[in-house]
Amino acid sequence: MDLTYTAEEEEFRARLREWLAGALPALPPKPSPDDWPARRAYDLGWQRRLYDAGYAGLHWPLDAGGRGATPVQHLIYLEETERAGAPYVGANFVGLLHAGPTIAAEGTAGQRARWLPPVLRGEEVWCQGFSEPDAGSDLAALRTRAWRDGDDYVVSGSKIWTSHAEVADWCELLVRTDPAAPRHRGISWLAMPMDAPGITVRPLPTLAGSAEFAEVFLDEVRIPVTHRVGAENDGWRVTMVTLSYERGTAFVGEVVACRRVLGELARAARDNGRWDDPALRRRLGGLNAEFRALWRLTQWNVSEAQRTGGVPGVGGSVFKLRYSHARQELYDAAAEVLGPEALDLEREWTRDRLTSLAYTIAAGTSQIQRNIVAERILGLPKGR
Amino acid sequence: MDFRLTEDQRALRDGVRALLTGRFGPEALRAAVARGGRGLDRALWRELGAAGFFSLRLPEADGGAGLGLPEAVLAFEEAGRVLLPGPLVATHLAAGQVAGAAAGETVVTAVHGGLVEWLDESDTVWDDAGGPSGAVAAGAVPLTSVDPLTPLHRIPEDLLTGPTDPLAVLLTAAEQLGNAARTCEAAVQHARTREQFGQPIGAFQAVKHLCAGMLVRVELARAAVYAAAVTADPVDIAAARLLADDAAVRGARDCLQVHGGMGFTWESDVHLYLKRAWVRARRGGSITESEDVLADDLIAGTGR
Repeated sequence: MDLTYTAEEEEFRARLREWLAGALPALPPKPSPDDWPARRAYDLGWQRRLYDAGYAGLHWPLDAGGRGATPVQHLIYLEETERAGAPYVGANFVGLLHAGPTIAAEGTAGQRARWLPPVLRGEEVWCQGFSEPDAGSDLAALRTRAWRDGDDYVVSGSKIWTSHAEVADWCELLVRTDPAAPRHRGISWLAMPMDAPGITVRPLPTLAGSAEFAEVFLDEVRIPVTHRVGAENDGWRVTMVTLSYERGTAFVGEVVACRRVLGELARAARDNGRWDDPALRRRLGGLNAEFRALWRLTQWNVSEAQRTGGVPGVGGSVFKLRYSHARQELYDAAAEVLGPEALDLEREWTRDRLTSLAYTIAAGTSQIQRNIVAERILGLPKGR
Repeated sequence: MDFRLTEDQRALRDGVRALLTGRFGPEALRAAVARGGRGLDRALWRELGAAGFFSLRLPEADGGAGLGLPEAVLAFEEAGRVLLPGPLVATHLAAGQVAGAAAGETVVTAVHGGLVEWLDESDTVWDDAGGPSGAVAAGAVPLTSVDPLTPLHRIPEDLLTGPTDPLAVLLTAAEQLGNAARTCEAAVQHARTREQFGQPIGAFQAVKHLCAGMLVRVELARAAVYAAAVTADPVDIAAARLLADDAAVRGARDCLQVHGGMGFTWESDVHLYLKRAWVRARRGGSITESEDVLADDLIAGTGR
């Protein structure tokens, strides 16, 4: 059990820290949270800077245009960028953390050459077309149909909860290519250009009042067969590759962010007198234990991933379960610190409190994660 | 950074597990319960001493193994798994300072959290400040201990000397971790085999989710306890303590729930895990103390 970083790792950290110190002051001002075209431009601009500095796709394999960094280097990267207050991955989330790694692992040489460089260079944005109105948690129940017509698939159906859909260039789309097959076997993974005829995007305001995601309606959209990643009807397996990335590494930077917020909460409470309340102090102390342990669990999981060659395991579900609830408790505590101000939607912590409600639902609900933990880690029988 | 067990640490853990399951398996546990917490097994104590359980952190020159806190934590986790009785933490911490403690010839108990465990069966008592304390022994008041395997004495307020030794808190957290891991396994084992409504109860989501919650608490506690063993930082230890207590106490309760009526009987071992978890949760001092350490750290901003 070694928590010290090697000289090489520390050197990597120092170089990154130095680069961040130079790059961040040159950033343009942050756009309004509801202005998605501006956010897209801002996020892509930051991605381009990362690319030029050699930090794009840090954890992607070398032959996919990445830097082949170790999981520990990736951890350091996420830690340092969050500490320095660098922009989040934002609109590039799906491309960098999901679709990109999936294409890198499962795509042909031609597909990798077509889709990966624009993600790394900050030229194209991806969205995720997995969930459907009747197939969210029960993902394998998806009904969006694709049938072959010459060299194209013709796709009809609808997707929902599609983040950044209206500013995306591509969509990682799950479609049913064989309705007669058992439900997990008749699915294929397609890359759909979002400007294809037949696509309608309807923004869906969240309870925070923002347009984070959208419904996407597909009416006989033609997608070339060459845009299929993996074999026809093998999309479920390809999808599981994607999801393990989503749960494995997507939240690392956010733990660091939550720890920073917790410190800010304590100091805000000291400044407004709420710190004198022993119950509040104890509550924040308990949250400190929680987030420290979540950080240690992250280090544990990253060490495991280093051993298994970087593929995150089901340990991600253990982390995601606890983290998503802790994040909600953090912002409930923030409301206690703020007092009446917590009902002001202009306050950042109020907005964050609202968005924290998504964490136990998105990327697999807590109930689904508990099933995964119980069945795949503990070996309990499958049930209904 | 490589936050995993080394080969040597795995071997040590496996060795301690083999020793303890062989020497203190479920039958020995029941026999100890039948003795009602009277008669600490001195032969076992000496065997533990010979195996290096108490001396493993002593320098080799002093007859120890020269190992560190992470290794001690792994050994105490195993002790927690089998509910090994006796003032293990106090004797371990006294090794090298009290003659015979390292070898398991002398049984040392101590005041932790306002209580003394196994006072009548021990050879000497230490207080929270780490010195021998005759006054404590004289002023101790016996309780009817909730845990049949841990006789307890309460210490009057005026004899208390200060906060609990962080190393005692950490080793106790390691025992709680083993306790929690074991009850999680027992619950899963029961859920796989016990049938109701024509299928194993583990197929029901209500039971499945209880078990998943247990594992999540175990894994989070494990990360916290191991990290605190590496850093020996008081704030890390306070965090480890809170999470390990939670994993042990709630884990034992959930294990009892999964066992249903069987879990509520004296014949089942589940209650022993819950009661010991309660005793150890008190051994770390009041929960408030740990929460205060963690709260102060937020203001100080040392966290990383």
